[in-house]
Amino acid sequence: MSAAEEVVTEAPAVEAVPKRAMTLGYGTSLAVLAALILIPLFVKNFIIFQMTMLLIYGLAVLALNILTGGSGQFSLGQSAFYAVGAYTSAILMEHAGMNYALTLPIAGLICFGFGFLFGQPALRLSGVYLALATFALATAMPQLLKLGYFEHWTGGVQGLVVTKPDAPFGLPMGQDMWLYYFTLAVSIAIYVASVNLLRSRSGRAFMAIRDNEIAASAMGVDVALYKTLAFGVSAGITGVAGGLGAIAVQFVAPDGYTITLAISLFLGMVVGGVGWLPGSIVGSAFIIFVPNIAESISKGLSGAVFGVLLFLVIFLVPHGARQVAIVAQQLIAKLKKN
Amino acid sequence: MIAARQLLTALSSALVISAATCTVAMAQKAYDAGASDTEIRIGNIMPYSGPASAYGVIGRTEAAYFKMLNEQGGINGRKVTFISYDDGYSPAKTVEQARKLVESDNVLLIFNSLGTSTNAAIRKYMNEKQVPQLFVASGSSKWNDPKDYPWTMGWQPSYQDEARVYAKYIMKHKPDAKVGVLYQNDDFGKDYLKGLKAAFADKAVMIVAEEAYETSEPTIDNRIVKLKASGADTLISITTPKFAAQAIKKAAEIAWTPLQILTDVSASVGGVMQPAGFENSQGVLSAAYLKDAADPQWDKDPGMQKFLSFLRTHYPEGNRFDGATVFGYAAAQTMAKVLEMCGDDLTHANVMKQAASLKDFAPDTLLPGITINTSPTDFAPIKQLQLMRFKGEKWELFGDIMSASLGH
Repeated sequence: MSAAEEVVTEAPAVEAVPKRAMTLGYGTSLAVLAALILIPLFVKNFIIFQMTMLLIYGLAVLALNILTGGSGQFSLGQSAFYAVGAYTSAILMEHAGMNYALTLPIAGLICFGFGFLFGQPALRLSGVYLALATFALATAMPQLLKLGYFEHWTGGVQGLVVTKPDAPFGLPMGQDMWLYYFTLAVSIAIYVASVNLLRSRSGRAFMAIRDNEIAASAMGVDVALYKTLAFGVSAGITGVAGGLGAIAVQFVAPDGYTITLAISLFLGMVVGGVGWLPGSIVGSAFIIFVPNIAESISKGLSGAVFGVLLFLVIFLVPHGARQVAIVAQQLIAKLKKN
Repeated sequence: MIAARQLLTALSSALVISAATCTVAMAQKAYDAGASDTEIRIGNIMPYSGPASAYGVIGRTEAAYFKMLNEQGGINGRKVTFISYDDGYSPAKTVEQARKLVESDNVLLIFNSLGTSTNAAIRKYMNEKQVPQLFVASGSSKWNDPKDYPWTMGWQPSYQDEARVYAKYIMKHKPDAKVGVLYQNDDFGKDYLKGLKAAFADKAVMIVAEEAYETSEPTIDNRIVKLKASGADTLISITTPKFAAQAIKKAAEIAWTPLQILTDVSASVGGVMQPAGFENSQGVLSAAYLKDAADPQWDKDPGMQKFLSFLRTHYPEGNRFDGATVFGYAAAQTMAKVLEMCGDDLTHANVMKQAASLKDFAPDTLLPGITINTSPTDFAPIKQLQLMRFKGEKWELFGDIMSASLGH
């Protein structure tokens, strides 16, 4: 039994298709949205920056979630797509003087193409073998970015410094706040599109493949096309996240896109709940804030403390944030009854 | 008589008053965020986790050093609060931590953060915020750019400076050398190679072969074989410790005996020369600017004794043989010196001004004769190195202190 199938047994497709299981309730969604819109008005710029990174990593986790939770394919190579997106935005902004907002769709398209192409050979692999192939992609990427041929564009090992955009139309807000709201708008658009994608015909095809490839092809689903398509979509969204990340961090360098990033994203997906899109932001919060918490507990043993915390999460709530959400929902329902 | 005395009293009190107002004017205290009458807050970012975690020792040494200073009364009566965060050597995380330090912890400056791309990631931010990014712990030459980045300053000799010292030596003592270069394919190796070529200038034809290796390669044996085949009679090894040892060993195995030059990064007796085999390492050249705490010749040296007593009393878990402790100690001492020079004017601008006016400052663990000098147009504190040759089981310093900037 491959690892992909194991996931499947824990997340039956039936549960993924109804609207409720995949997204938050209407009220909860609005509450989360209101919080995301209002909080930045009352906090320091540094916190706004952290929230921007939260959304950006949230997008990258969401992308992986579509791939793994949706179509059942594994990837440890998301850092490579993230890097391509980041470099695309950075190069277009710094060398071609393009507007930052325009670089994002381009980054997304290039990554979509890249992911789609990578999906072709990956078709022959499944489960852990696919994970290994993508792992290879992630390890290769930082070195490719250092190659002398591209150095003129990528800045080689020195990386590229990116200029942070000001708020447009003379809006009275700082760069950080503007970038946050910009990122928020992009994130909401992508989130809504992703939810709709998974609910659409294509989304059902993804999930049919995830649950049983043979049955899916028997039903007339073009397995090869949809598998590569899932890769493409996932890579495209990751690319947009990478581009946003480059703008927020104002710097790209090969060291920033190592396998550690790919593993972090994978971790974020598991913690957030595989196949549950709103969990992406919880997973993103985990990979951003828990290392900081671990560090404040012990500087020398931060890695070990992080490990213990991760272990606790996996042990106590193996289905991640989704499990917590379901328990909370049941509790509320019970309270309402009484 | 009485009148005279009254006059005298009046006069003297007038004097006292004027003197008092004068001192008030002189001792006008000025503070930016992060400094007060009782405290100076300093930020620092280190890779305590991740691929470069071995360097985390530098941050721990510095924390211990400032703790010792505080126990001795602090700097001009102010205690130093040293806030050090982990970035795991990832530039995105460095930006987050730097912003946390500046915007949330309100530090006066960020000191000795480690890494080239990590520091490059925050350089623009620090300069926009006009918060000093002092004594960057990286050998890149880009930290010495006071015109474009007046809030960023390096500390250690740059790789390019060091490369220049070797080039000068080769051109002087072996003018017909055929140089083979082995380098690590990253910022360290490439910056170094660039410096080397610049130093050879029109004599760059002396470099007959270049071989780059990746840190992911298990062995570099075939690179050494290729370099030998190129006919080189001088090997410059721009390598990190593991590969440096492999290179020395392999050269001996294939009976290749070029003049070998090893970067300061790998000039560790325990980490490189011993694993490579002392019999294979004889005559290898390198250069240093720090004292090696493992070398018995410094046992009687007062600076080294101060360092060792610091290790005993305030950082007992520190390893004296680890070059990172010697490095962290000297860097922290430089920082303390600058803060001391700032007096009661602890503003960002004055910190930069004082950091750029260090004159002949000699931290305890720098080689005798090597001093720290900066000016408003010179943001490279340490520019001198001394050559050394491996003999028996230790390095022997020889020749004068060489400055990279003098002549070409």
